[in-house]
Amino acid sequence: MAIFLTEASKVIVQGMTGSEGQKHTTRMLASGTAVVGGVNPRKAGTSVTFGEGDTATDVPVFGTVAEAMDATGADVSVVFVPPAHTKAAVVEAIDAGIPLVVIITEGVPVADTAEFFALALDKGVRLIGPNCPGLISPGKSNVGIIPADITGPGRIGLVSKSGTLTYQMMYELRDLGFSTAIGIGGDPIIGTTHIDALAAFEADPDTEVIVMIGEIGGDAEERAAAYIAEHVTKPVVGYVAGFTAPEGKTMGHAGAIVSGSSGTAQAKKEALEAAGVKVGKTPSETALLARQLVS
Amino acid sequence: MDLFEYQARDIFEKHGVPVLGGVVATTPEEARAGAEQLLGGQPGVVVVKAQVKVGGRGKAGGVKLARSADDAAEKATEILGMDIKGHTVHRVMIAAGAKIATEFYFSLLLDRSERRYLAMCSVEGGMDIEQLAVERPDALAKVAVDPRTGIDQAKADEIVRAAGFDAEIAPKVAAVLQTLWTVYRSEDATLVEVNPLVLTEDGEIVALDGKVTLDENASFRHPEHADLEDTAAADPLEARAKAADLNYVKLDGEVGIIGNGAGLVMSTLDVVAYAGEAHGGVKPANFLDIGGGASAEIMAAGLHIILTDPQVKSVFVNVFGGITACDAVANGIVAALEILGDEENKPLVVRLDGNNVLEGRRILAEAGHPLVTIADTMDGGADKAAELAHAAA
Repeated sequence: MAIFLTEASKVIVQGMTGSEGQKHTTRMLASGTAVVGGVNPRKAGTSVTFGEGDTATDVPVFGTVAEAMDATGADVSVVFVPPAHTKAAVVEAIDAGIPLVVIITEGVPVADTAEFFALALDKGVRLIGPNCPGLISPGKSNVGIIPADITGPGRIGLVSKSGTLTYQMMYELRDLGFSTAIGIGGDPIIGTTHIDALAAFEADPDTEVIVMIGEIGGDAEERAAAYIAEHVTKPVVGYVAGFTAPEGKTMGHAGAIVSGSSGTAQAKKEALEAAGVKVGKTPSETALLARQLVS
Repeated sequence: MDLFEYQARDIFEKHGVPVLGGVVATTPEEARAGAEQLLGGQPGVVVVKAQVKVGGRGKAGGVKLARSADDAAEKATEILGMDIKGHTVHRVMIAAGAKIATEFYFSLLLDRSERRYLAMCSVEGGMDIEQLAVERPDALAKVAVDPRTGIDQAKADEIVRAAGFDAEIAPKVAAVLQTLWTVYRSEDATLVEVNPLVLTEDGEIVALDGKVTLDENASFRHPEHADLEDTAAADPLEARAKAADLNYVKLDGEVGIIGNGAGLVMSTLDVVAYAGEAHGGVKPANFLDIGGGASAEIMAAGLHIILTDPQVKSVFVNVFGGITACDAVANGIVAALEILGDEENKPLVVRLDGNNVLEGRRILAEAGHPLVTIADTMDGGADKAAELAHAAA
């Protein structure tokens, strides 16, 4: 097991023929992901070859997500489409009824995300992102841009708003490995929250310890803390970035902003600790706390 | 991006929200001319309002009534240059006077937790709305708004009903709320707030003040929003970074920071601040995220900005090689140092980890730049950079 993504996942790539899409499809295939198709209405019927020689793979291009699903049985779509076209791509995937859409694109207008999230909620489609690195169930499947060679399978579940902090934590705990590591993204509205991932890790028999990484802005960490106190029996270790962030400045991620006294790292840390979560002061201390809990 | 009141007023007007006349002025002379224009030679009052992106200007003396054009110039003289909670007043808006019967409150904003929009409305406007929300939450109606349908007639009716408007004026208010939705939707706002929304003695509903925040991610479909930016107020280093397309925030410390990925950079600032506690209390000088790629050109542009910050005493480069391998990052740093030449005159601590790290460290060691120290860990690098900054301070 793992969460959201397993060895059985069949993945299509929206935006596969663009430069980012091509680059990361190559990497996803190399890490063992079953990429079964790409979508581009102007190139339907063609195929794209990834890799060379014996390891070369031909991936067919379909005109629509629905056609790709019919032909391949795909159940995951990953979106590398530029911001101006992301909404249309995601709406198409939701309308086609694919169960999981992972949106890597950074810079999507929040109104677009709000609209396609409302649609996904109605149709029962899970979104991850936007503005996220995707997720990896090491040794099984890798959807998005997380480097596959940092670490292998293990019993730690990781959920984080940030890409490189995800990598850093995977690296710190690389000898122990992960069931699934998921980057949920740094935008103000995201499809899958810390709470969604915590619930899935709690239910996943392969996950023994959960590491949760948060950052300034919003109240997702505080809400996650309340959820942990009520529903999570597995040990959770936390980390929050942005203690030194000044008020009113956006720190890289569109959602990472302290507004007045709300959204501060200190408030998030205190909420998590009150819920029984051990919170590390630095990524290395957090890794150490997690290490002590893995049997 | 937060807008000034006068910019919000103009956008309101453009989308049919009822507003009063308003003219922006940066000098007392412009204020006099603006008041003359609004008064049209008739006796009457205008309001001179400080334009600052912070609340509480009324209490700070930033809003004054003027009874003539000359008086408006005089009031503008008093207000221009005033400091309101750390914001210097560079502009005033001369607004037409209104005969206010009642003040209301309305806002529409992004509800991050519920992942939709939230309308808040009260028949008790004008006062501090945060205070009202805490002291008498029942007086502030909160109504969820579906992003797909927004505030249509039915939703507007629901909001005014929830807020408890008199039946007599409810339809008028509902109509104005729909125009405010048009502002929110067609301008890609994440906040539209009107405090106060007023009923005049003539029975009209008017937006007397406006606060609008625009979504910068949507700027590709609003090229005109670029003109709304307050470039004069930006920190000069931040302005230069923005021109170079770098994600930079100036802070008040001594250790320059470069990293890849927003989360890792935020974390680096924290780790440097902790390390600084043992080294004379030095702090991070900036936030700078050069993104996943970390090419030589971007590295050089980033270093250039940080090194020209006179407050910076040392620099900590903290890169986790994910997609981009550490050897490429190391080559980028070496090339950046060549591009910068003598300009690189402050100690630089580099921590590389991840993909192909040994090769990356080898490249840096071989280049042997006298001011570069290689660190094995993020904590170790932060400590070294703090130590060097303290020694140079």
